[in-house]
Amino acid sequence: MPAADERLRRTMMFVPGNNPGLIKDAGIFGADSIMFDLEDAVSLAEKDSARYLVYEALQALDFGQAELVVRINGLDTPFYENDIKAMVKAGIDVIRLPKTESAEMIRTLEDLVLTAEKEFGRPVGSTHLMAAIESAKGVVNANEIAAASERMIGIALSAEDYTTDMKTHRYPDGQELLYARNVILHAARAAGVAAFDTVFTDLDDEEGFIRETKLIHQLGYDGKSIINPRQIPLVNAVYQPSEQEILNAQNVLAAIEAAKQKGSGVIALNGQMVDRPVALRAERVMKLATANHLLDAEGNYVGE
Amino acid sequence: MQIKQSALAGTLESSDVQIMLSPAKQGIQFDLVSDVAKQFGDQIKATVLAVLAAYDIDQVTVKVVDKGALDPVIKARAITACQRALAIADQPQWEVL
Repeated sequence: MPAADERLRRTMMFVPGNNPGLIKDAGIFGADSIMFDLEDAVSLAEKDSARYLVYEALQALDFGQAELVVRINGLDTPFYENDIKAMVKAGIDVIRLPKTESAEMIRTLEDLVLTAEKEFGRPVGSTHLMAAIESAKGVVNANEIAAASERMIGIALSAEDYTTDMKTHRYPDGQELLYARNVILHAARAAGVAAFDTVFTDLDDEEGFIRETKLIHQLGYDGKSIINPRQIPLVNAVYQPSEQEILNAQNVLAAIEAAKQKGSGVIALNGQMVDRPVALRAERVMKLATANHLLDAEGNYVGE
Repeated sequence: MQIKQSALAGTLESSDVQIMLSPAKQGIQFDLVSDVAKQFGDQIKATVLAVLAAYDIDQVTVKVVDKGALDPVIKARAITACQRALAIADQPQWEVL
């Protein structure tokens, strides 16, 4: 069950880790999460420079309210351990492990993160983790991966590697991802963590992007990985609640408040019982409404 | 301390800075090319020299081509150049960061 204080993660914007121009502007587009990439976006010869660049940027630049994530290099690379140390020292919010295939890989990462937290005087437990699932084996083990650590905040589908592993490629209708999407979403929900959908790489196909975003929104995903700030308002629009949904949510929350003041245990609204799922949904609608600037200071609807 | 080899870090893209270190017999020779040298030249130089000092490098020729980099970018590129020039690219000096 989602906690009431769970943050919105509609968009996770990928930012190449060795590009100062993109890094310095990353905070201005309103992405819910910013993911600095030390892995695929950085050539082998520049792994060291990207690591220092992201480190210094995290120390000095203001990225607003965004949750800050870094995708480190994989367990099987010589960059893995230094990436972890540098990012823990920098005080990153979340470390994203690529090509995750087992809970064991998360526990190995967790051990190194804990050691680094102690070495650099960071609060123990302050570095969160997430896993990118990019293979059939990762999908098969999604449940244990999602629940592998108290530090886990989410799991993500990474479709480019996954479809290659499955001996297919990406199609416009996304049928090839249906199983993985549902497995990953269920694993995330069962473990109480967020589910992130994969990137949509064809920037010219806006219609296809919106179609895919509507699909993952319908399934129940928290949000989508994005590769360009232009995609942020498109995702937010799909996740934006309607005026009717907002009014309903406000009524639900008002009914709960009224019942609380009366000391009444059972909450009813228009003759229907308001139970926990209804209350949680109402809270999420109000959070989305606020994030989309649909409410004024007094909570009145100000959308179009 | 002298450096072990010439090293280059950073690019000539906008918002970046390229820093080249090459061995020198005596002292630090510093050369800066920047469109904003007049306003920020001293600051850019101070940032690079501070990183060199942290690595105890005091015999080196430094060439900096700035493309409007922010201070943390200059610091990061200087660190990368020093690590590479000392042939310790894979052994980050955590106390310098």
